[in-house]
Amino acid sequence: MKGRVLDDALLRLSTSDNVGTTVDDLESGTEIDADGRTVVLAEDVPFGHKVALEPVDSGGEVRKYGEVIGTATQAIEVGEWVHTHNCESTRGRGDRAAARGESA
Amino acid sequence: MGHSFEGYRRSNGRVGVRNHVAVIPTSVAASSVASAVADEAGAWARATPHQLGTSQPDPARRQTERVLVGTGRNPNVGAALVVELGTEDIDAETVADDIAATGKATETLTIRESGGTANALSEGADRLDRLKAEADRARREDADVSELVFGVECGGSDATSGIAANPAVGAACDRLVEAGGTASFSETPEFIGAEHILADRCVSEETRERILERVEAREGMAELMGVDLRGAQPTPGNQEGGLTTIEEKSLGAISKGGTTPIRGIVDYGDELPTNGGLVLMDTPGYDVESVVGKVAGGAQVVAFTTGRGSTTGNPLAPVIKVTGNPKTWDRMSNNIDVNAGTVFDGESIDSVGARIFETLVEVANGRRTEAEHRRLEEFAINEIQPEELTVEVDG
Repeated sequence: MKGRVLDDALLRLSTSDNVGTTVDDLESGTEIDADGRTVVLAEDVPFGHKVALEPVDSGGEVRKYGEVIGTATQAIEVGEWVHTHNCESTRGRGDRAAARGESA
Repeated sequence: MGHSFEGYRRSNGRVGVRNHVAVIPTSVAASSVASAVADEAGAWARATPHQLGTSQPDPARRQTERVLVGTGRNPNVGAALVVELGTEDIDAETVADDIAATGKATETLTIRESGGTANALSEGADRLDRLKAEADRARREDADVSELVFGVECGGSDATSGIAANPAVGAACDRLVEAGGTASFSETPEFIGAEHILADRCVSEETRERILERVEAREGMAELMGVDLRGAQPTPGNQEGGLTTIEEKSLGAISKGGTTPIRGIVDYGDELPTNGGLVLMDTPGYDVESVVGKVAGGAQVVAFTTGRGSTTGNPLAPVIKVTGNPKTWDRMSNNIDVNAGTVFDGESIDSVGARIFETLVEVANGRRTEAEHRRLEEFAINEIQPEELTVEVDG
């Protein structure tokens, strides 16, 4: 597997990533040793989902695979679940083009 | 590990890993008869029923015809029966002739000329018997993995797809390319957000530009229609599986092609090159249509990764299912050939890739996949939509 599994719980695919992927169903309150820093899960996070390893400002980049996978729609704290409720795509956004009156 | 297998050498030099007689309807109006004729004949006859109408705008019709012809030309097809109602814009004789150009036996069946479906079924049965006799003349002989075109696909993706199954299939593609074979992946909407990585791997500036152009066109479709890709990509199932954005899905999806240079990109259903290396095909994100495009392009074997548990196969090409999700493997191992979820227990991606490559060679040598055992043979042809035609006309 690419990347590194932190404390048997979170997979960090690249050192520049600010989210990790759970390798099991994890419960709220789970403490994970992430390279000396303790990440405490703020909520239950199912297998395969993402957890913030670093704080992300609203509008800030969310990084996985060493690449930008979207932007935060609100400030995200360490240990929070990162998904569609607080992170969104910047691509294929015809709705934005329509709002700007650019749609054909 | 062996690098050779026994396949069916065709007169155009290509090698089939199966020796099916294909029964290819030119429209939805001939699909029921095609399926009935094939079912009646036996497992050696494989129908490719689809939903496309008897009449389509020109660019759409050309694409349909290309897929029908490519399907019949696939090396896994030993002989082909082309079935029409008789009112289609696409002429069954023309399709049959283009298939016959590869040197295999073909016949046509026109339901109206037969005098209706009952007669068509009995005439179809006679023609299939003749075609089977022709196909049976093919003998299995030694072939090398370098003669394989390996189509790779993902469907029902979740977070494990990009972490386990796709990179493992990619490792198998790397092995095949290293051995001189050809690998192909597709689904252009799933290049969005990862196209810069693909662009950097192209062998030529021309390929690089074409890929970026195709991605822009697919992304532009969303803009043109004033819609938000987020409703469809990632799908609700992908999202439940942990994928948040199309960028995240794409970055995981492209790893199934491996790490070798990208030699080119061909149109949907167009003939894939056979001289080795990694080649892309510009297809929609709908997995069944995407697999059909690559099989029409000449892929003899397909690998299909799934996190959430897709059961899709293909009538003509064996489909090797791979999952990276240990739960899906536990629940659905009767539909899945390779468990890549072992990477979560410490098996290396390269080791899983070696197992997939080994499976590829065994399947090419005749071992049936789970989808073949269960006759899971989904078939659908992508239809160019009116909005896309507008884009094509307007540039």
